[in-house]
Amino acid sequence: MNTESLGTIFLNAALVNNFVLAYFLGICPFLGVSGAVKTASKMGMAVMFVMVISSMCAFGIHTFLAAINAPYLQLISYIVVIASTVQLVEMFIKKMSPSLFRSLGIFLPLITTNCAILGVALFQTNKGYGFIESVVYALGAGAGFTLALLLIAGLREQLNFADVPQISKGTALTLFIAGILSLCFMGFAGLGAQ
Amino acid sequence: MSRETTSSVPKATTTDEFIKGLWRENPVFVQVLGMCPVLAVSNTAENALAMGLATAFVLLMSNILVSLLRDFIPKQVRIASYILIIATFVTVTDYAIQAISVELYKSLGAFISLIVVNCLILSRAEAFASKNTVWKSTLDALGMGAGFTFALFCLGAVREILGNGSIFEWALFPEGFQNWIVMILPAGGFFTLAGWLLIINVIQTRKVKS
Repeated sequence: MNTESLGTIFLNAALVNNFVLAYFLGICPFLGVSGAVKTASKMGMAVMFVMVISSMCAFGIHTFLAAINAPYLQLISYIVVIASTVQLVEMFIKKMSPSLFRSLGIFLPLITTNCAILGVALFQTNKGYGFIESVVYALGAGAGFTLALLLIAGLREQLNFADVPQISKGTALTLFIAGILSLCFMGFAGLGAQ
Repeated sequence: MSRETTSSVPKATTTDEFIKGLWRENPVFVQVLGMCPVLAVSNTAENALAMGLATAFVLLMSNILVSLLRDFIPKQVRIASYILIIATFVTVTDYAIQAISVELYKSLGAFISLIVVNCLILSRAEAFASKNTVWKSTLDALGMGAGFTFALFCLGAVREILGNGSIFEWALFPEGFQNWIVMILPAGGFFTLAGWLLIINVIQTRKVKS
């Protein structure tokens, strides 16, 4: 077990080791849905919700698998839990807000293959977090993901009006900005480490 | 693989499935799929190569199995079935790498398990293997796997040469070389990939013009 405080875990997951900009997890939605701030924020919320639920389930599964001594089933059961949670969220959003459902489009079912979510489940197991710590970790990771998504979406909205060379338009430019953002987040290193 | 290339001249369509993954539909440079491992483990040429080969193996096996089972999997649960197939082979790879080299296993870390959620593999299963014969799917997987490994190696080599002054841990430059630390950092991954995309854009616009 570790002795980190809950606040440190949260800050660590959200800022110091930001899932998108330091661990490169969840790059696909990061590049795909970051066109507008509005969609980005809702996508961030959906991802955060799935993260927290699947992190709770992953904790239960890990305890159970450790009890029956079958660690090789870990990956398969994690992915099944995540896929079903995403299905649940999808049905919920479809019922509650059809317009949001349409604007998220294909990226909603693709949350299943968002590596950030499986990443949270795997990292919390590797670090040996307890139940509360796992939930805080997932919340932090989700907040960090939403923050990165919002920042890049805001920048990209502005960039639509910028005059850049033709060849650098599109993915290449987004990646350059992501690189600079990633450098900025390096400034958080050491935060929360006492 | 060598047999395919030599007997390929009369049947251009079969080799085409293999060749397209290497350049025209390269998964990383053109389709921009499977970005997470591309950026995360390409900090040295060795890691990049190992990750590329592991992904290619999973891609090949899952493509073959999906293509074999394509008439038996009901349409409604196909994505879930594909993910289960992929997860099984990733677990196999995970344990295999652990057995072969613990050092490599440590440097790749959780990213071996994260091959499960590599969009490239799922998209090949959905877009190609579920509709084509086993032989064609095998070629497709080999081509895409080779293209992915090639792209990873391009990134890894550039980052290691500039950031560490070496290639495969073999020093390239004389004493006074100042390492570009930024290339080893996460930001370097973004910059290198952006640079490669720029180069490819230039090549392609030139082709269109001429």
